[in-house]
Amino acid sequence: MITFKSFLQPHRIVMMALFGAVVLWCALSLRWDWLPKYAPLALEGLWTTIWIMVVTTVLGFVLAVPIGLAQAIGPWYLAMPARVFCTIIRGTPLLLQIWLLYYGLGSLFPQFPWIRGSELWPYLRQAWPYAVLALTLSYAGYEGEVMRGAFSGVVKGQLEAAKSFGMRRFTMFRRIWLPQAIRNVLPTLGGETILQLKATPLVATITVIDIYAVSSRVRSDTFIVYEPLLLLAVVYMVIAGLITLAFRRFENMVPR
Amino acid sequence: MELTLETLGLAESAQLLSLSAPGWGANLLRGLANSLKIAFGAFGFGVLIGLFGAYGKLYGGPVIRDLLAIYTTVIRAVPELVLILILYYVGTDLINKAAGAMGYGRIEISGVVAGIWVLGIVQGAYSTEVLRGAIKAVPPGQIEAARAFGMPPIMIMWRVTIPAMMSFATPGLANLWLIATKDTALLAIVGFSELTLETRQAASSTRAYFTFFLAAGGLYLMVTLCSGVVFGWIEKWARRGQPSLRGGRG
Repeated sequence: MITFKSFLQPHRIVMMALFGAVVLWCALSLRWDWLPKYAPLALEGLWTTIWIMVVTTVLGFVLAVPIGLAQAIGPWYLAMPARVFCTIIRGTPLLLQIWLLYYGLGSLFPQFPWIRGSELWPYLRQAWPYAVLALTLSYAGYEGEVMRGAFSGVVKGQLEAAKSFGMRRFTMFRRIWLPQAIRNVLPTLGGETILQLKATPLVATITVIDIYAVSSRVRSDTFIVYEPLLLLAVVYMVIAGLITLAFRRFENMVPR
Repeated sequence: MELTLETLGLAESAQLLSLSAPGWGANLLRGLANSLKIAFGAFGFGVLIGLFGAYGKLYGGPVIRDLLAIYTTVIRAVPELVLILILYYVGTDLINKAAGAMGYGRIEISGVVAGIWVLGIVQGAYSTEVLRGAIKAVPPGQIEAARAFGMPPIMIMWRVTIPAMMSFATPGLANLWLIATKDTALLAIVGFSELTLETRQAASSTRAYFTFFLAAGGLYLMVTLCSGVVFGWIEKWARRGQPSLRGGRG
């Protein structure tokens, strides 16, 4: 654990002073005059990044539980498709998956009149449903593999005890198996969620305006290269730090 | 062969993917070759950085250790896409400044070299952590014994530490290699013609999106599966002489 005292070593004080000087130099001599103009757009982009990350993480996790369960104890006709799904998702680049869904499905759907006439069509014409779908499937693929290990890792005696109490299978799963499996993989889940955050800028390539897309727009509008990118890196670092803190709190909350 | 393709309704796809002129197969394979070149280079560069980084983190002074901690933390918290853009602009700027100072004109940097530089630095942060863990897992007695024999540090590293840590490092390095192959796809956004960009160009000029993206996915998957087999061999070789993890018979 990092304590306050460990920051007071001489070399760290010098490094922090240097760091402060660099920050000051950045603030004073780099160009930040574009900031007020693009701030509202940047906030909107930040909101898009965050909701895409949260929604796809939650949906992906919900999908990952059955995938992990199927691989851990399912019969072969469930375990095999689940394993193939995980292999395909983990074996191909996410960018390719996003483009496959967006351009592929996007060019396929308009050919069917009943899809064009349906209630969903106004949504299917936009980019974000494809982004959410691709990121959800990707998280489910990576997490399904993690959950497989988590489900097989729960001690047999716990499940046998539940069974001997006469618990029904679903109650047993809800009360004993799932909570223990999640507790065991909480640190991994935190890491995977940061990876998911780092995957969100890819949705900018299919015209979703997230914070990354805003920084690209600043770059192409004003020809300022480094400032938006540096700010973007800082924003992502702050979000990653917040995720780390949140998961640390979760980990302290669950009894060991 | 043609008849089966005809009956399956895949004749058009086969034509699009053929290696000769009207088909785009050759383009995809060229893209795959570029991707693999970048992935190999970046992985090698990353392991080199990782080796120095791991030694610095384990045996370096307090300043080096803190700097390396900042390096690995920052790289692992910022999206690869953002890092690629930053490193790409910084790299081209620095080289052009250096070239200008030495009196040359603007230099065009080849996509492969820039890709290796950018992805290598990203990979370096991850392999620093992998190799640090692996070196720490080597029983200290082995390194002390080598020191007692009077071996110089480089020789200890070459003859004792690296061979002994290989078995611990291989699974992590295999993972990093897979990440490297998949991260090459991100270079499509900076405009390098690797597999994903070639695929997108082929797909958008023929409108056969599914055919090409699925074909590229198949190529990536083949690389992944083949690498899995190869790393299985490497791990077996690295673990030679050690008791097997499976079963009681070691």
